[in-house]
Amino acid sequence: MNAVSDNLIEIHDLDYSFGARKIFNGLNLTIKRGGVTAIMGPSGTGKTTLLRLITRQIVPDHGVILVDGVDIATLNQTALYEMRKRFGMLFQNGALLTDLSVFENVAFPLREHTRLTNRLIRHVVLTKLHAVGLRGAADMMPQQLSGGMARRVALARAMVMDPDILIYDEPFVGLDPISMGVIVRLVRKMNDALGITSIIVSHDVQEISTVADCSYLISKGKVAASGSPDELNKASSELVRQFMHGMADGPVAFHYDAPDYAEQLLGRDAE
Amino acid sequence: MLRDLYYTLFEFVRTFGALQLFFLRLLIHSPTVIWRRFGLVVGQVYNAGALSLVIIIICGVFVGAVLGLQGFSNLSRFNAEDSVGAVAALALVKELGPVITALLFAGRAGTALSSEIGLMKATDQLSAMEMMAVNPIRRVVVPRFLGGVVAMPLLAAIFSMVGLLGAHLVCVSLLGVDVGSFWQQMQQSVEVADINEGIVKSVVFGIAASLLAVWEGYNAIPTAEGVGRATTRTVVLTAIVVLVFDFMITAVAI
Repeated sequence: MNAVSDNLIEIHDLDYSFGARKIFNGLNLTIKRGGVTAIMGPSGTGKTTLLRLITRQIVPDHGVILVDGVDIATLNQTALYEMRKRFGMLFQNGALLTDLSVFENVAFPLREHTRLTNRLIRHVVLTKLHAVGLRGAADMMPQQLSGGMARRVALARAMVMDPDILIYDEPFVGLDPISMGVIVRLVRKMNDALGITSIIVSHDVQEISTVADCSYLISKGKVAASGSPDELNKASSELVRQFMHGMADGPVAFHYDAPDYAEQLLGRDAE
Repeated sequence: MLRDLYYTLFEFVRTFGALQLFFLRLLIHSPTVIWRRFGLVVGQVYNAGALSLVIIIICGVFVGAVLGLQGFSNLSRFNAEDSVGAVAALALVKELGPVITALLFAGRAGTALSSEIGLMKATDQLSAMEMMAVNPIRRVVVPRFLGGVVAMPLLAAIFSMVGLLGAHLVCVSLLGVDVGSFWQQMQQSVEVADINEGIVKSVVFGIAASLLAVWEGYNAIPTAEGVGRATTRTVVLTAIVVLVFDFMITAVAI
């Protein structure tokens, strides 16, 4: 379609509510082809929801999401599945299929969508597992893996179809520094070597700064700030500063709405 | 009060409608799954069927044995203890075989199905499949549903068979009923229509039990509590539906 466009994904005027809660309210966002885009924000701002919207696991109340110039709301099931083959997604907890071994998990998309021979599948799967350092774990079952290992297997699975777009949902949570470094380098390397477009949802400011080309900070259903990590670091907005430097006080209240502390401790709020 | 009643009714009708649509979806996908994914269905027949064999056989033997015992003590009041084989066979083939098998099936295989699917949902496995452009209805739900539908009538048949062996054991070997009259009376009084009734029941119960199990699993709230509740509901709902359907089918058959 729009192959020359720089923007692989464009989101215009997105509204989405979950029950009575408005999660997005006029969100606008573009993701550049071939770059690493980070989506950051305090917990509960709907970062994961945004990923689900981009991949049409859920449908927005209002607004348009264009992937490669195509409005994904117009796709039928077959076209949607064709589009999803271009995505690789890494879920927060890995989401490995528990009844299959590590090898079969990584081989799963190949077996579903291609008619490759077993030898070729084996070759591809072992290559991908090697890239995440888990070739030796090929015969293990997902229950035997630690959280970090499961995430790395899931990453191998997300890459196995050689997608154009890789989506990472909180890839750095709960990883030890070594695997974290490996994953960060892997994200960067795949992006540069294979021309993959990466979208990372995270609130790990430090790691994001080393890997992202462009960051969006989402708050209260809108993009609060965007730019390269350096730009965000230097930004003057209170909200951005609070988030980037991890300060407890600022526009984002640490405390959930509550009655006055002293009053409540003294038991006067009951009246 | 009226408002509550209205909403409860409304919810019920809505859920019922959604269940029917879900059933239709399963049926639409079934031919493709059977054609392309036969191996998956066979695996699920093994899971739902072969793994339930132990409980079915043990329960079948004892239900048959108790039927023989009760039948013998009641019939001997009329000096008709030779008919005990016929009585046990009719009770097993028409009623107890399909009904008890369905209840055991819900407890053994139905709960396994709904908790498995519910947990797959809770751990994002279903979403992950969606994202890999694999339809989880086709890959996960339909094979399990079909596996249950195939396994249930087979289990009911096995239940009735071992039940008769249990009755034979008690009546002939322990209570001294004549072997010849035990089996001959049975052969004379059980007709093809009776066996058909049992088959129809076990097929219908198989569909109902499997449908409810995968439905509850697929729609479970994706938390530990939600999956637990879905499992419980599977057993409760299957028991109710099976007993209601049993009455209806019997009424039609007679």
